[in-house]
Amino acid sequence: MKLVIAIIRETQLDEVREALIEAEIRRITVMRVSGHGKAEDVEIYRGKKVVPGLIPRFRLEIAVNDEFVDVTVDTIIKTVKSRYKDKNPGKTTGDGKIFITPLEECIRISTEERGSAAI
Amino acid sequence: MLKKYRAKFPLLLLTFLFISTPLLAADGVAIDTGVTAWMLVSTALVLLMIPGLAMFYGGLVRTKNVLGTMMHSFAAMGIMTVLWVAIGYCMSFGPNVLGGWFGWNPDYLFLSGIDNSILDAGVPEYVFSMFQGKFAIITPALIAGAFAERVKFKSYCLFIALWGLLVYNPLCHWVWAEDGFLFNMGANGAIDFAGGTVVHISAGVSGLIAALYLGARRGYPVTNMPPSNLVMTMIGGGLLWVGWFGFNAGSSVASGLSTAQALTATQVAAASGAIAWMIIEAWHQGKATALGIMSGILAGLVAITPAAGVVQPFGAFCLGILASIFCYLAIIAKNKLGYDDSLDAFGIHGMGGIVGALLLTFFIRDSWMNEAAELAGGSWTVWQQLGVQVSAVLIAVVYAAVLTLILLYVVNKLVGFRSDPKEEMQGLDSAYHSEHGYGMLNPN
Repeated sequence: MKLVIAIIRETQLDEVREALIEAEIRRITVMRVSGHGKAEDVEIYRGKKVVPGLIPRFRLEIAVNDEFVDVTVDTIIKTVKSRYKDKNPGKTTGDGKIFITPLEECIRISTEERGSAAI
Repeated sequence: MLKKYRAKFPLLLLTFLFISTPLLAADGVAIDTGVTAWMLVSTALVLLMIPGLAMFYGGLVRTKNVLGTMMHSFAAMGIMTVLWVAIGYCMSFGPNVLGGWFGWNPDYLFLSGIDNSILDAGVPEYVFSMFQGKFAIITPALIAGAFAERVKFKSYCLFIALWGLLVYNPLCHWVWAEDGFLFNMGANGAIDFAGGTVVHISAGVSGLIAALYLGARRGYPVTNMPPSNLVMTMIGGGLLWVGWFGFNAGSSVASGLSTAQALTATQVAAASGAIAWMIIEAWHQGKATALGIMSGILAGLVAITPAAGVVQPFGAFCLGILASIFCYLAIIAKNKLGYDDSLDAFGIHGMGGIVGALLLTFFIRDSWMNEAAELAGGSWTVWQQLGVQVSAVLIAVVYAAVLTLILLYVVNKLVGFRSDPKEEMQGLDSAYHSEHGYGMLNPN
């Protein structure tokens, strides 16, 4: 079992969610987070360009059995990659990141099932 | 003579509107400071309704669309004000041209000829024109509720500009100008005190046509589209209620008995609409909801808008209840039929306006009916007046529907009306404004 953690743009949540559902990945947890990587999103306030220190993003957590890891990751990448690059050629930052960690245990509270069956 | 018009429709106290302004100035009509003060307050109150509407609508859409939706109302404030001053007042309150399709008086272009004009009601014409201009702002802003969350911002701006010129101004002229044909229909005219037909029916019907033409939001009705902030919706609804006193009681263009009658009717109808919706909802759904009570308040306010000058408090009470019943049914029908009037612009404004415009007939105060009978040269019955009201409503519905359809087609061909699927998923705030409505979760 793995825990796939993806940090994506706020505006791409629905797109990713729909793509995941289409790929039969139907369990997902979403959190609003802020942070920064290499990206410097420029925002404009009253004509002044500013680079916010912390940028709002969504963090997705998806617990999957091993055979679903690749499809989950591929779906996320395919959906969120390069949207900005279409509009801003050469821009390669800001699409987000995906982390994969081993998942030691998963327990479904209602039935007390454990392990792969509970995911 | 003036008294007759006061009873009929007080805006038309402005008998000398079409006489050139130098004449008025030469007549030395004195400013009535009391009426002017109230009209200034009313003008501000009606303007308050538009940020109120922005909050009401903004709270009802999803988080990603809150700014885009509020922008619809605020953009209308800018666009419609400029258009109204430039040409709208001229088209609405100038004398008939083109067979009475709309009005025209070059003196009113950019309000250039009214600098010294004092109307017969003792109000500077600037105040009256600004008061009326607020109605021209809120009407297209109401339409935006029907196609919220799925239209391009620039297309919306173009649409409301054209709609204001070709739908609102002619309707306003027909109903409220002295030589408007609906104003002169029947013994004592079609009754539309503060805009049941001009504002709410036209906006509601146009919204319905737009919702049908543009199609449902992506994912509707299967996907859950929860309101982003019902607290904001309630505050917005509250501001609308407060502002409505300017809307209705201001439409008396007086500060006296008729103002008090309209104000009382407004309060009673809103309250009875609220109670009725709560009871219906609690009976039908098991719980009275916050959105439900706001809907009931609005339904009552919309229904009393055409009627506030002619009904007594009991009539207002009945109209408020009837409005909630019919509007509730309209929303159930919408859900069954599956079309996507996002924020119920037709369900509340269209249906409430129709209910008010038609059913007010059964609650008109006797003095009004007696006067109508006198003008008819014999008798005048409730059924005759109902015929007038039905005709006026049908004309407004058909005109608004046909012109709106044409304008939707034109705007769609010119710039495309509907958002791209990706923009719709991304949300209007980011797609069209590059902003976020809620920053509370962002640490900086």
